[in-house]
Amino acid sequence: MPLDDLYQEIILDHYKKPRHPGRLEDAQVEVHHYNPVCGDELTVGLRLDGDQVAAVAVEGKGCSISQAAASVMTEQVTGRPLGEALDQAEAFRRLMHGEGEPDEELLGDGIAFKGVARYPVRVKCALLGWMAFKDAATRAVTDEEGRA
Amino acid sequence: MTTVSAPLDVAAVRGDFPILERRVNGHPLVYLDSAATSQKPAQVLGAMDAYYRRHNANVHRGVHTLAEEATHLFEEARGKVARFVGASERATVFTKNVSEAVNLVAYAWGLRNLRQGDEILVTEMEHHSNLVPWQLVAGMTGAKVRAVPVTGDYLLDLDALDGLLGERTRIVAVSAMSNVLGTVNPVAEIAERAHAAGALVLADAAQAVPHAGVRLDTLGVDFLGFTGHKALGPMGVGVLAAREELLESMEPFLGGGEMIRDVDIDRFTWNTIPWRFEAGTPNVAEAVGLGAAVDYLQGLGMDRVRAHEVDVTGYALKRLGEIDGLRIYGPSEVEHRGGMVSFTLGDIHPHDVAQVLDADGIAVRAGHHCAKPLLRRLGVQATTRASFYLYSTTEEVDALVAGLEKVRRFFA
Repeated sequence: MPLDDLYQEIILDHYKKPRHPGRLEDAQVEVHHYNPVCGDELTVGLRLDGDQVAAVAVEGKGCSISQAAASVMTEQVTGRPLGEALDQAEAFRRLMHGEGEPDEELLGDGIAFKGVARYPVRVKCALLGWMAFKDAATRAVTDEEGRA
Repeated sequence: MTTVSAPLDVAAVRGDFPILERRVNGHPLVYLDSAATSQKPAQVLGAMDAYYRRHNANVHRGVHTLAEEATHLFEEARGKVARFVGASERATVFTKNVSEAVNLVAYAWGLRNLRQGDEILVTEMEHHSNLVPWQLVAGMTGAKVRAVPVTGDYLLDLDALDGLLGERTRIVAVSAMSNVLGTVNPVAEIAERAHAAGALVLADAAQAVPHAGVRLDTLGVDFLGFTGHKALGPMGVGVLAAREELLESMEPFLGGGEMIRDVDIDRFTWNTIPWRFEAGTPNVAEAVGLGAAVDYLQGLGMDRVRAHEVDVTGYALKRLGEIDGLRIYGPSEVEHRGGMVSFTLGDIHPHDVAQVLDADGIAVRAGHHCAKPLLRRLGVQATTRASFYLYSTTEEVDALVAGLEKVRRFFA
């Protein structure tokens, strides 16, 4: 498989210029996720506004696949209803595991990661940002329910 | 009289390794991951094949011809390995790998001898296999694990060693050659100081036996572990070589077949060494393969193997040192290191480096190399490691350098 199929231009672009980088100042929750295989690390900050994803940011270090996938995640979910963002997360998980036909509408730039599915070691890297987002969302919702 | 031996005929050596004819992703394989596992010569594959085709039977059990032959081949392999590492045959135990060899010592010696407050001295550059078994028995006995620090020059801090060696130090467990830095540690000197302080010494020689031919007797250590698959042999067979009277004093580690003399429903008596420590049917074909690997290495001469690796490693240090933004972790003097170079290339993650190199058929290791405390000490998440062996060439180093230039362009 040619290298360009794995490292598509969109991936390299997100890796070199991550969207929504850094710590979210008024984060509702912040989670830290770690991939022991690569040593990739991400801190994902999230703020919900009702059932909308108001803001999300990622501070991380690690391989290009993990950092680019997390950047795509921030772009995909920002301003979306939480339910839709979780559908996007599921669509990306299915893409990585080669389940069914890719839903390009839900995936957005995430479709560029299609080639990663053929490198099992790198799938964990690609999923790290989305796993962190789902974790943050669950905690944010639990917090809100606790307060209600 | 000293004789200067002719350099290794690398082209002839390469001809013995069938896998080196492979192409990977359309390119000739450039295998630079021998520190993870070496490739195997046809002589080793042939010995194992012949064992299964002609001699296979269980060992030490039957009286029939095949059982006699299998037992003879198995014990003959033990003899070859024992002579190779300077131990007695009786004190050369076949294990599964180095991890099992260290666990054997940690449990069979450590559990019986360590007391609350005793100290196990390791080093900051140990592989997890020479750390975790000690942490396990420390947890069970109340002993403490302490570590000799690594200096800024990537060497063991021998001044700190004297301060750390005390009357509570019961054993020093040290790598003879770091699998990350390549550092060759002065184990003989460490053993002398440790013995003076009343401690035993275990050398993790997973890298040092295959690449430098170190021995139990010349290092002057009490235990030495190495594994077959890094020394041209198959996976699944390792070795614990020990000082004979010490091994003789130790009680069994794993229980089962082979390691007993007599068994009743509620008690057993144990076998003599080395079989006391070899519970169950051993990996006979693998032991035979390791014996053939030892023959192969000794046929070439470990001094020539080492000299070749020094040449290739010296060339690699020079060429890699010329790459902008490339940082090498390990001693700069080739005499102080084994045949491997760990490095980082700018901010590019080692997994990305290894992935791009793989597209050109170049196999390197990327990650924490099972030495997380060391990487934490170095302040890096991961490194890329290129490692060499008797079949490695300077042309392969050139291919690596060209590959790394491509990596840099790719992620620029």
